[in-house]
Amino acid sequence: MIGQSIVLAEGDIPFPPSVEDFFLPSIVPWGEHSVWFTKFTALIWLAVGIAIVFFLLSYRKPQLVPTKRQWIAESIYGFVRNNIAVDMIGAQGVRFAPYFTTLFCFIFLNNLWQIVPFVQISPMSHIAFPAFLAIISYVLFIYVGIRHHGFAKFFKHSLMPPAPWFMQPLLIPIELFSTFVARPISLALRLFANLFAGHIILLVFTFGGFVLLNSDAIFLKPISVLSWAVSIALTFLEALVIVLQAYIFTVLSASYVQGALADGH
Amino acid sequence: MLNLAAEGVTHNPILPDWREIVVGTVAFALLCFVLMKFVFPRMEQTFQARVDAIEGGIKRAEAAQAEANKLLEQYRAQLAEARTDAAKIRDDARADAESIRQDVLAKAREEADRIIAAGKEQLAAERATIVRELRAEVGTIAVDLASRIVGESLADEARRKGTVERFLAELEGVGAGSGSTNGAVRTS
Repeated sequence: MIGQSIVLAEGDIPFPPSVEDFFLPSIVPWGEHSVWFTKFTALIWLAVGIAIVFFLLSYRKPQLVPTKRQWIAESIYGFVRNNIAVDMIGAQGVRFAPYFTTLFCFIFLNNLWQIVPFVQISPMSHIAFPAFLAIISYVLFIYVGIRHHGFAKFFKHSLMPPAPWFMQPLLIPIELFSTFVARPISLALRLFANLFAGHIILLVFTFGGFVLLNSDAIFLKPISVLSWAVSIALTFLEALVIVLQAYIFTVLSASYVQGALADGH
Repeated sequence: MLNLAAEGVTHNPILPDWREIVVGTVAFALLCFVLMKFVFPRMEQTFQARVDAIEGGIKRAEAAQAEANKLLEQYRAQLAEARTDAAKIRDDARADAESIRQDVLAKAREEADRIIAAGKEQLAAERATIVRELRAEVGTIAVDLASRIVGESLADEARRKGTVERFLAELEGVGAGSGSTNGAVRTS
């Protein structure tokens, strides 16, 4: 019966949602299929612009006793600085705090588009954006490790856990894979998949509501209200996911840097 | 180059589009540049300034406390010194007063002694004078009396003088010896 209603609704409502829903046309009149100017790139620029304007405005004239906006800006930085950078890395984590804060703000603001009315989609659901952030974190922790230990010692330290020598042939490939292959991929995929799946779920329940409303069967129509209620509830869940994923990405990056700086296992 | 995503081409969601990577990287780099250069270092400065302000306040308070304690100690020391000085001055004054009193007493005693001695001397001198005068007068009176009683004129001065002198010497000798002058006079 549901299959029937889907078929009936196919004309005006794109249901069920597909991967193609994430590939929107260009927003400029020229170059119809340009990827340079799409909703996604526009949202990225907008998020960057908002972050820059917010921080510059609220930190134009810093005072010892902060104003409300200065306090908010300081709280964001203070949160990442003290609860992520210093907690994970220790005292020398302070010098990574600016980068981690920028990373956190960038991911958070871009994730936020997911639930902003009329935008409702996050650029992070295109893997390209999480991917380049993951590459930066990857390069960062390897660079920091090599600077701290030296090239050979860093790789020995990363690849050879303290274990009997005969275990090393088994352990080295595992460490190699988990540290130098799985880390960036898991970072990128985790963020991308959460936002991608979140958007699809919202699409399913929102458009599903319309599909139910348009169905021929009378008793299916009221269920559309339930579907929309679920989509509203899921929007709140998405709000949690947005903050959580930004936090997890930052914490994991900090943890990798901490591992690269650690002296023992 | 812009026609890669042509209609009908299915997209693979886990293959990143390089143009989006470029856009994302540039945008993120811009954000990093602005925030890490102009915002977060200033926040660190503000945090540091805040820490300094609080620690400086504590340090200033401690310095003020130490200063106050030092001053208190100083005042206490000065007070103790002043008390000792006062006690010393009082003792000195007492000693001075005592010595002055002794001096004055000694002088007064000396003066008194001197006055007494002078009085005694004067008294002795006066007594001697009186004795001398009396002696002459008593002689004259006695002679007058004797001449009146006896009625005889004693022409011979030398004899008369001798008689008187003898009489007086006898009188003195009796006065010093028995104390009853009348009897002696009568017997002679």
